[in-house]
Amino acid sequence: MSLSVYNALPAAPRRWPWLHNTVKAFNANKTSWLGLVIFLLVTLLALLAPWISPHDPLEQNVFAKLKAPFENYYLGTDYYGRDILSRLLYGAQISLVIGIASTVLALVLGSMIGILAGWYGGRFDIIVMQTMDMLLAFPSLILGLILVAMLGPSMTNIILAIALTSIPSFARIARAPTISVKQREFIDAGRALGFSDARLMAGHVLPNIFPEILVMGSMWLANAIRTEASLAFIGLGVKPPIPTWGGMIREGFENILDSYWLVLSPSIAILVVVFGLNILGDGLRDAIDPKLKGER
Amino acid sequence: MGAFLVKRMLFAVVTLFAVLTLVFIVIRIVPGDPAQVILGDQADATAIAALQARLGLDRPIWEQYVSFLTGAIRGDWGVSLVTGRPVIREILDVLPWTLELTAVSMVLGTGIGVPLGVWAAINRNRMPDYVTRIGSLIGLSFPPFVSAILLLIIFSLALRWFPVISGNRATPWAWFQSIMLPALNLGLIMAAYITRVTRSAMLEVMQEDYVRTARAKGVPWTVIVWRHALRNALIPIVTIVGLYLGILIGNSVLTEIVFNRPGLGKLIIGALNQRDYMMLQGMMVIYTLIVVVVNVLTDLTYALVDPRVKLS
Repeated sequence: MSLSVYNALPAAPRRWPWLHNTVKAFNANKTSWLGLVIFLLVTLLALLAPWISPHDPLEQNVFAKLKAPFENYYLGTDYYGRDILSRLLYGAQISLVIGIASTVLALVLGSMIGILAGWYGGRFDIIVMQTMDMLLAFPSLILGLILVAMLGPSMTNIILAIALTSIPSFARIARAPTISVKQREFIDAGRALGFSDARLMAGHVLPNIFPEILVMGSMWLANAIRTEASLAFIGLGVKPPIPTWGGMIREGFENILDSYWLVLSPSIAILVVVFGLNILGDGLRDAIDPKLKGER
Repeated sequence: MGAFLVKRMLFAVVTLFAVLTLVFIVIRIVPGDPAQVILGDQADATAIAALQARLGLDRPIWEQYVSFLTGAIRGDWGVSLVTGRPVIREILDVLPWTLELTAVSMVLGTGIGVPLGVWAAINRNRMPDYVTRIGSLIGLSFPPFVSAILLLIIFSLALRWFPVISGNRATPWAWFQSIMLPALNLGLIMAAYITRVTRSAMLEVMQEDYVRTARAKGVPWTVIVWRHALRNALIPIVTIVGLYLGILIGNSVLTEIVFNRPGLGKLIIGALNQRDYMMLQGMMVIYTLIVVVVNVLTDLTYALVDPRVKLS
């Protein structure tokens, strides 16, 4: 056997193809690594909050109201004498839980709607997508805040409201690639083998369009965290005294004339997380579709 | 072009109808009886029944739906449960403030965003491109109330260039002072978005054959970029500017709160806090109207920007 024939053989299948592909996607634009590191770091801090917080986030110290950083109050205290750093760490939990839960919910429901619309096409597709476009045209923050105000500001309701406002975007993202995957040979092959529509959609369309959905997921996670903070700032967040970043800014804003630094640390926290997720999603999208580079 | 516009207008009417239906449903998904919620737990049964009759809640649901739809079209949006004034009057009183803010923000957003996007695109993968890309990603990461508060801290509290609360708008200078910071806040966030869209639209157009032909026959570079390429890149930009209005309206709510500026944003937050359902219903109708009108305007702009649209 000559060497050239040996070389022409297909490369041995990799043991972890998805891991290899993921690393490759991250390498396409190195800033996505930075985004991932930021996000994982914040997640880690949120998970470790009960152990690393210097104080109880609800504990009030009447002798230290509105203090600049001192002793082991590294970021100072708020109006009730509570430690700002501890509240930031616990607040990260709320932001991440609401952000991730609402994004996952919207991703699952939106992708299902988009895949169904793209798969069946025709009148069904037109009606579904027109409905999605109408939802998309209505200001999402307004819809979200009316829903939360009507249902009551509990964690579940906030998650539901944010998810509902982002479903149309995921439906749009899932629909377009479904239409092109639908025409590929392996779908015909599956049909010939007698696979059901449900099996083809779940087992063969979904895995092919999943990377695109997931990349948008990271950008929508950023959006969900921003929306949660906005709702909390308006006063429609998880009920106080549970610390949320938006709620901390709301309380700090009431004292902005004499202690403006109260709003700074939660503002920076939101910015860092959202920016991290944005560069993560932005970089990954370059990898998936180089033509789209830099578009949003 | 006539057929195109008629088709778009029809779609706008259908949208309006569908969203009004959605508004009707959303207002009624509130758990419990609205009359009970408005009057509180202590209210007695006769008071609740009276309020139900006043709001028309005792009538069958389809009858409520029909009278809601006809009322919405005639401009009869009911009476505010808090002030007792017609909802439409309350809204029209503050609407100019929000429209003015939105218009100035849109001008700022496109005025900053489009040139920056073009600049980034013609310097692809060089310093200006990286700077604008990172800058616009940072801009996109700002929740609008955070950037508003930062502007307030920097320009009103530290530099004292603008008053913290600006009610006086008698002179042009006072008007400028009252609108500049809120509009800058909304405009910068919008510019971040528009920059990215302009950049990718320009990158696509710059690869077209006619751009190469123009270069080959010696057309000056600035003419190619600003007249030939940008003109063709305008369609996706106009689409995004139109679509962005939904985000802009949401962001303006937060901005109005931070800058303590009258407008739809403060009105809706007040209505939410006081559970003024009639007001909320009216506000959703006005938001829908604004969105639908802007969609039609966007379509008209297409026809202005791109003569080819007239054929379709």
